[in-house]
Amino acid sequence: MDFALSEEQRMFRDMFRNFAAKELAPRADEIDHAETMPPEIVRKAVDQGFFGATLPEDCYGAALDHVSYVLLLENLATACASLAVSVAAHVSLVAMSILEFGTDAQKEEWLPPMAAGEVIGAFALTEPDAGTDTRVLETRARYDGDEVILDGVKTWVTNGEQAGLFLVFARGPQGMDAYLVPRDAPGLTVGYREPTLGLRSAYFNTVYLEGCRVPQANRLGAPGDGEKIARRAEDRMSIALAAIGLGLAESSVDVAAQYATERVQFGVPIGQKQAIQNYIANAHAETEALRYLVYRAAWLVDQGENFSVDASLVKTFAARMARSVTNWMLQVLGGYGFMEDYPMARKYRDARVLGIIGGPTEWHTFRVAQAIFAAKDMAIAP
Amino acid sequence: MDFTFSPEHQALRRLVREFAENEVAPLAAEIDRKHQIPFETLRKLGEIGLLGVCFPQEYGGMGAGETGYCILMEELGRVCTSTATNVGAHIGIGAMAIHLDGNPEQKRKYLTPLARGEKIAAFGLTESNAGSDAANIRTRAVREGDSWILDGGKVYITNGGFADIVTVMAVTDPALGARGGVTAFIVEASWPGFKVAREEDKMGIRGTSTAELVFEELRVPHENVLGKVGEGFVTFMKSLDMGRLTLGAACLGGAQAALEMAVYWAKTRRQFGVELAHKQSVQWAIANIATEIEALRSLVYRVAWMVDTGQTGQEFTQLAAMCKMYGSEVASRAIDLALQIYGGLGVTRDFHIERAFRDARIAEIFEGTNEIQRIVIASNIFREYGVRIRP
Repeated sequence: MDFALSEEQRMFRDMFRNFAAKELAPRADEIDHAETMPPEIVRKAVDQGFFGATLPEDCYGAALDHVSYVLLLENLATACASLAVSVAAHVSLVAMSILEFGTDAQKEEWLPPMAAGEVIGAFALTEPDAGTDTRVLETRARYDGDEVILDGVKTWVTNGEQAGLFLVFARGPQGMDAYLVPRDAPGLTVGYREPTLGLRSAYFNTVYLEGCRVPQANRLGAPGDGEKIARRAEDRMSIALAAIGLGLAESSVDVAAQYATERVQFGVPIGQKQAIQNYIANAHAETEALRYLVYRAAWLVDQGENFSVDASLVKTFAARMARSVTNWMLQVLGGYGFMEDYPMARKYRDARVLGIIGGPTEWHTFRVAQAIFAAKDMAIAP
Repeated sequence: MDFTFSPEHQALRRLVREFAENEVAPLAAEIDRKHQIPFETLRKLGEIGLLGVCFPQEYGGMGAGETGYCILMEELGRVCTSTATNVGAHIGIGAMAIHLDGNPEQKRKYLTPLARGEKIAAFGLTESNAGSDAANIRTRAVREGDSWILDGGKVYITNGGFADIVTVMAVTDPALGARGGVTAFIVEASWPGFKVAREEDKMGIRGTSTAELVFEELRVPHENVLGKVGEGFVTFMKSLDMGRLTLGAACLGGAQAALEMAVYWAKTRRQFGVELAHKQSVQWAIANIATEIEALRSLVYRVAWMVDTGQTGQEFTQLAAMCKMYGSEVASRAIDLALQIYGGLGVTRDFHIERAFRDARIAEIFEGTNEIQRIVIASNIFREYGVRIRP
């Protein structure tokens, strides 16, 4: 057993921490209120190599191991969870899917510009009546010679507004397929942007596919591989979202503990009150438990182990802990916690959304239960 | 024992529900989005007498008692937390202080227009360093002939940005502290020296005003001393008890609405071939919250009955704190459940669950944080056993 970060991982962590404190924290409230992600912030993140985080060097990526990657997302999220989610969707959902399942031609075409932030990736799986239950997906892929015609509506497409490339899932003749659809493909329209409770500087759009034509060569994997590709992407994203929950939780504890040293009530700083001590100590324990669960899941990825169930486990735990920690730390700040001039209200709103996106907590909890009962030779249905 | 509502209170509920659904609910999303006070709604509520629901008829009120007031708050809380908060700050703490401790002349002059909604009240207690620690206030009042000169300021004053009348607590004798050194004043916002310094930008209840008030050489006539000089703390604490009870009622309405939404979506949304209602984790969550809501309902109306039958001693203080604390936590749990059941729809701002979720959170903080309510409850319990605990 060895719980220490390597020299290199520590160096990366300090660099990410520094970036978050200098470039993100000062503007996080402003961009949340404006509900935009300014291009200059994205540019700075790109210049640091964040958009090619785990891509190999031959794709001009930063070739980070997965532990370093979760350190990146964790530290971005301490300041701005919206940017962290945008990077995670780009890297974990889209770029890594291409790296894992793409042909050499697809990798050469898309990964260098994705690593350079010239093309932002978006993931188009969810539909109005098919979120977690992908068996009822209604988007269709019809084969027409060398081309495929896509028809359907996708909702909650993360990065939709900014994206240059959409990873679209559709039902074809041999099951679910996955397609790389460039933004300028005829028949693809980026529509309504959802106004959300949290993650307000991230973009969640509806995307319309109306007779959208792409070459057969744009299919990722073989016909019918869509289910497998989607599950792998969701597993990676679960770990990424958990890292973001960790960043939200640890920064909330930090803000609240600092506040408790300064706020005087009944003649003493409220940190002298046992109830406040309990809130903060419990929140810290929850945060540290989450931290090592996240790092362990990332380590499993680096070891080449099967991390599918662990991804669900860490996702459901992270959503619960981030919600609990931000909730109690908001309580420590009292009225100030409810005001939009302080970052705590934003962290609270952001954390709540983590229990919904990337598959709701109920789904991931089911997957954990399914694995437990499978070990006892009993199959359970969702 | 009798757990039924009187015919009068049943009629009142029908009136309020109709008003809430026709006049309040349709505006809830807009006032949140635009950060606007629903002035027209407040005017109409005043016109039909509801802003004086619990005040005596001789001062323009409806005379429906605390039970009637809880019915009003429950029904408003069911459709719009912002509107319920405007009304709660106006009736429940602002005007309530005058109702409880005002003399007949003060009631005639101030309570009557407040009960009719011609004027709006706010409650001026909190300061930047004196929130839950209400005894720590710094606003000073110095006697000068027939007047008092107020200097200082208040923060987080609900209705503060537009209220006509503010009941203000100020230190009149620093040597005596909270018990004996603090006095309540009725202040008119139009007087020189009264300034609205700032409006807060809040996560929720965005259809309300939360303002910082500054008083600079604000001259208040001696006749506007509310209650006796030096007894302001008692007046304000009594008002807060009333406010805590009715905040519990508003939370009851919010929780009930959340439950209804959760049930609706659970019977509508299909995943994996069945409605969510057939999933056991959903069933349990609904059963648990429904039980809590019924417990809260019984608690709120039982405490309202105590007020209406004159039982407002120490036990009332403790029970009012329970209404606020338990009510706010049940409401938060209920709306959190509704949001989870709605999934993605629950976190989009086009849909009212997202607003209700943001709105609900403040009830665990304002009118005394839930930590303070627990201190109130615990100190009452320990007092019976001869132990005096300090906050």
